[in-house]
Amino acid sequence: MSADANNDRGRRRFLAVSAATLGGVMLAPGIRLIEIAGARAPEQAVSRQIRWGLLIDTNQCARGCDDCVKACATENAIKSGGNPRTDSQWIRKVELKDLRRGRTHSVPVMCQHCEHPPCVEVCPTGASFKRADGIVLVDRHICIGCRYCMMACPYKARSIVFQDVVDQNPDVPRGKGCAEACSLCVHRIDQDRLPACVEACAKAGHNAMVFGDLNDPRSEIAQRLAKFASAQIRADLRLNPGVHYQGL
Amino acid sequence: MTRNGIATTAGRIAKAMCLLALWLPLLAFASGRVPKPVIEIDKPGRCVEDTATMRREHPNLLRHQRDLTMHEGIRTRAHSLKECVGCHASTKTGSVLGEKGFCQSCHDYASVKIDCFVCHASKPKLAAGAKP
Repeated sequence: MSADANNDRGRRRFLAVSAATLGGVMLAPGIRLIEIAGARAPEQAVSRQIRWGLLIDTNQCARGCDDCVKACATENAIKSGGNPRTDSQWIRKVELKDLRRGRTHSVPVMCQHCEHPPCVEVCPTGASFKRADGIVLVDRHICIGCRYCMMACPYKARSIVFQDVVDQNPDVPRGKGCAEACSLCVHRIDQDRLPACVEACAKAGHNAMVFGDLNDPRSEIAQRLAKFASAQIRADLRLNPGVHYQGL
Repeated sequence: MTRNGIATTAGRIAKAMCLLALWLPLLAFASGRVPKPVIEIDKPGRCVEDTATMRREHPNLLRHQRDLTMHEGIRTRAHSLKECVGCHASTKTGSVLGEKGFCQSCHDYASVKIDCFVCHASKPKLAAGAKP
């Protein structure tokens, strides 16, 4: 990346922060120009103030447990088409082993919802986009199924649908010929609910996944990120993923 | 027969054919020979807009709503496809598709390809615990 682009990014961030500060200025006691966080009405657009993220505690994540994967498949109506090589994969469990020390990790990996997503940069039609609140999505109305995003994603998070899809969840439209990936259960987030994987992990008693607003210092995820060491996968790519891993 | 007589006969025939051309479609409609779309509305009550607006504008309304929902997370119910399906799905088949389905019968009649349901569910979500 050139120095120019870096400068541009810095400038944009400065402008965004200035705008946020101005917007957050109190007009009168208790009244703000832009309300920071808080529940959103259905007719209100998503806010740039929020950045949704996940924290995955690898010490809590149990080996062999794939409740999050199952919950994702149920919620988003992802069924196997009979060939595992072409099945869509929104979330997968990865087993890691430190060969020197023998320490093992088992972690779920899904779309990392980057701040600077390469899938968005390469998309020729604008179908791959980042929503204001940091969720990276595919607009299937525009997607032509070229799979550039699948090539560009360093996390192998994107899949393409090879077969006709039936019995979709009405909240999660998906069909043949479009790229897709974890949407952080955007339809649930818009209703103030947790992503299906996070809910399933808590239900299984592992509590390895924390979902929340990275920008809100009062949120559990922000507090834990401030307190404990965490890592992003391939942080060297400087994509600033929204998914963080603790104990990796 | 004189030349005049031939002209009159030709004129009469032409007149008769014109009348027939006007009357035939009407006769055909009256006899029910022309296939018409089946519009079965199971649920009583009013739609979100009046019928004329819905017939002409529903693609635009849906397109506008889809962009708002997809890109800005605005999930108002009035013009969302999910709500259309929820209300207009047949009580017999549970779907807006099928020969007499609310969406498909009209689209077949007008010969307009309907590709919403390649991705979108054509049946409403079942209430928890309900059986299909």
